[in-house]
Amino acid sequence: MSKSKPRADVLSPSRRSFLKASALGIAGAGLAGNLSFPAILRAQEKGPIKVGVLHSLSGTMAISEAPIKEVVLMAIGEINAAGGVLGRTVEPIVEDPASNWDLFAEKSKKLLLQDKVAAVFGCWTSVSRKSVLPVFEKNNGLLFYPVQYEGEECSKNVIYTGATINQQATPGVDYLMSPEGGNKKRFYLLGSDYVYPRTTNKILRLYLTKVKKVPESDIAEEYTPFHHQDYQTIVGKVKSFSAAGDAAVINTINGDSNVPFFKELANQGVTADRTPTMSYSFAEVELQTLDVKPLVGHLASWNYFMSLKTPENLKWVKAYKVWAKNHNIPDKQAVTDDPMMHAYLHVHLWAKAVKKAESAEVEPVLKALEGLDIPSPVGKYKVDEKNHHTWKPVYIGKIREDGQFDVVWKTKAWVAPEPWSKVTYANRACDWSKGGKGTYDLVGGKRVWLSDKQS
Amino acid sequence: MALLILLGFSGQGALGASPRPGVPDLGAIGTRLADPATQKEAILALQEIADPSVEGLLRALKDGALYTWKGRVAILGDAGTLNDIHGAPLLDPQGQPASPADGQEAIALEEEHFGLVQRLLERLEIFSSNPVARKSAAFKLGSSRDLTTLPVLEKARNRETNREVRPVIEEALAKLKLLAPDPATRAAAALSLGQLKSEAALPQLRSLLSRETDDRVKQALTGAVQHIESFLRIRNVVAELFSGVSLGAVLLIMSLGLAVTFGLMGIINMAHGEMLMLGSYTAYVVQNLFASHLVVYQDYYFFLALPLSFAVAGLVGFLLEIGIIRFLYGRPLETLILTWGIGMILQQSARLVFGDQTSVNSPTWFRGGLEAVPGLIFPWSRIFIVALALASLLALWMLLHRSSVGVRVRAVMQNRGMASCLGVSTRRIDALTFALGTALAGVAGCALALIGTVDPEVGKTYIVDSFMVVVLGGVGNLLGAVVASFGIGLGNKILEPLIGGTAGAIYAKVAILLVVIWFLQWKPTGLFPAKGRASDTQ
Repeated sequence: MSKSKPRADVLSPSRRSFLKASALGIAGAGLAGNLSFPAILRAQEKGPIKVGVLHSLSGTMAISEAPIKEVVLMAIGEINAAGGVLGRTVEPIVEDPASNWDLFAEKSKKLLLQDKVAAVFGCWTSVSRKSVLPVFEKNNGLLFYPVQYEGEECSKNVIYTGATINQQATPGVDYLMSPEGGNKKRFYLLGSDYVYPRTTNKILRLYLTKVKKVPESDIAEEYTPFHHQDYQTIVGKVKSFSAAGDAAVINTINGDSNVPFFKELANQGVTADRTPTMSYSFAEVELQTLDVKPLVGHLASWNYFMSLKTPENLKWVKAYKVWAKNHNIPDKQAVTDDPMMHAYLHVHLWAKAVKKAESAEVEPVLKALEGLDIPSPVGKYKVDEKNHHTWKPVYIGKIREDGQFDVVWKTKAWVAPEPWSKVTYANRACDWSKGGKGTYDLVGGKRVWLSDKQS
Repeated sequence: MALLILLGFSGQGALGASPRPGVPDLGAIGTRLADPATQKEAILALQEIADPSVEGLLRALKDGALYTWKGRVAILGDAGTLNDIHGAPLLDPQGQPASPADGQEAIALEEEHFGLVQRLLERLEIFSSNPVARKSAAFKLGSSRDLTTLPVLEKARNRETNREVRPVIEEALAKLKLLAPDPATRAAAALSLGQLKSEAALPQLRSLLSRETDDRVKQALTGAVQHIESFLRIRNVVAELFSGVSLGAVLLIMSLGLAVTFGLMGIINMAHGEMLMLGSYTAYVVQNLFASHLVVYQDYYFFLALPLSFAVAGLVGFLLEIGIIRFLYGRPLETLILTWGIGMILQQSARLVFGDQTSVNSPTWFRGGLEAVPGLIFPWSRIFIVALALASLLALWMLLHRSSVGVRVRAVMQNRGMASCLGVSTRRIDALTFALGTALAGVAGCALALIGTVDPEVGKTYIVDSFMVVVLGGVGNLLGAVVASFGIGLGNKILEPLIGGTAGAIYAKVAILLVVIWFLQWKPTGLFPAKGRASDTQ
């Protein structure tokens, strides 16, 4: 058969073949994100204590999560260099869930059931955490989660080392409303359309209206899909909203969409001195990927900044630079940030708990973690006695030309974690210490456990 | 005469040599600063002066660099020697630069005056040499509701020559004067805000209107509010239109390459997004090369990056065609899967080579934009993309319809057998046409890096939109792609604010997709279907 004949069929398409072709094209484009490869299976063996590292090394979240994997491995290396725990070395099993939420659940199942790991350090987005949660609860695993999140969760099987809303988001608003922050009165809540921004903004809205007495009309709220590229209309709206100079943007946009958003802000003349943007989901690592010029002067709220001058931090940053050099990470990209600090610390926390419990089993380790503290770049870092979250200070930083932050504000005391925000749930708290059954409501001075209600 | 001018000029600047009318003797005030008892009084006296010349004195006081030397005040310079308050070096009797005596302490700023000095310094920012800082300071002073800043602002206005800063100072003055007790001043301020079309003052004007008792002022306020509101209405419509056109241009430049490979040749090129990515990475590489080797010309890297991305993506496309795609003509399903695989290989290669942490910085002359009227800014990068999209379109059209190569390309695509019989080398034309399509995608990727992201997955964000434009426009027709991209762009930008709510951007996208689906049900071959004998017979 000659080549030219069938070719004509495509070149001058009939209705049907044309439709088929275009449908295939579009369907194929949609599919492109979901391809997965089967995990490499490993056999269980005695000897070292196995731990899982579950952070995306490819896909959209790789930019944020890959450095987390590095510090987790670095911490494990330090523990092993100091003789391991309980006389055994710690063996990391690194899985790449490829920014795919379903794959997170699959990989965690594999880590727990096949590799029988003692603990997993992993997840970044709330979606990924929510998707592995049932796996960890069903199989009684132990997950350390290093990222700031929206709260309203308190699982027995998770230690949340990142900030809760009251450890990041509300202090950010407090700062903006203070004289140092420019006495802002109006707020534009802008985020990607998923659970973290939606819940954060729900709580922030209540906090602003109920606690700070900001009228509803002075709060705007808007969401964009993941990978949104065109922020012209939204920046136009922000501009009108903030024309009087008393408004700020609260930004919970995730990942790559921050680039077109900040470029558009700068190009349309929305400047940080008049309309500052307070961001909750990008730190030093993400800043390295941006054209920083348009962002200079904008703000972020975190529990840690690389520019902190504490002796512990200087030491840690130096150690990470050495680690990065030995692992072929360019010096420019070898920066530390808040989730990295939490991730690094929670590996050491786990090791300390295992030593204290003299066992790597989940139950004794959880028991040992209650109230456990550890020195950190931000001072003494402590796990709450009851609710599986941690205590920490809150810093506000201003973005500098070099992609680092100038610390402009700090909470006076350490902030206690509130997994259930006091604004939305006045009487709800969480207790996993002896006799505790997780989340409860205080009704007439008595604890009513949520788990009892459900069963 | 020359001396006089010189004197007058130096008075305008930071230094005035001797007391002149309007500028009191700073030396005397400086001496009073040194005494804790009279310090506050001296600071307040400095506030009255409202002149940039006091800034050095205040800053030195705050930084602990102010000393007394032989009964007068002196400022410690960076070299560790003393200068007088006008910056001239002080010499001791031996003619050597003077320095503070051993153990001598700087004049202490009393703790309770710290805030006052800080505030004064912020106020003096309005005399900064940086126009951006002046603008920002003027805006801050205008919103401060502090009438004591009026003299500073007035002084600043009188010496301001920058056409961008001056209206900001005028606006700040008028906003403050709205608070004046005298009704005539208030009315004049309202009038001038109306003339300035000040969006920033609108909330204040509105709230004043509800409280104002004086009829004349009320009238002026109403007029100003109406004036500003009608200006804003028109301005916002123009802004929406521009963003629609700009989004349309983005879509057009994205899909031009696909209009050639898919539209003209019928190859379902799933790696189209990755061809754009190649262009973006070319820009990134060129930018880095300039940053490390040609720092001086760094701002011009883009002129090299643009043609280079055309060449790189074109070359890759050419190799793809002669190496792989040519064996798959007439088998759309296999082509789809194969090009998809190629796309994934390119994605992962980009990740391996560049990692995830890359960014393309716009050249400095692409930052900011053209401020057509107050508050309406057309970003340069977007203007450039609109121009580039139209230029590429024009070039492509000329090539296809006004050149002998174009005639051959169209001939091969319409009737391969006949063209071949007439001596056209169909193989070569195929390869070149495909390369042209990918090269156009490369240019698009390079340009879009100015406003968007550069990462290995960036192709995914482009490919769906590109296919949508080409399919909607009708395969094989450039005009279709133009109408479809501007239609989608404008439609999206009109719908987005109309839908409003918290998810306008999301629902606008959904709505556009629904419209496209509905349209294709009604006209399955798109807006401008290909016509001709060949298409009828199949």
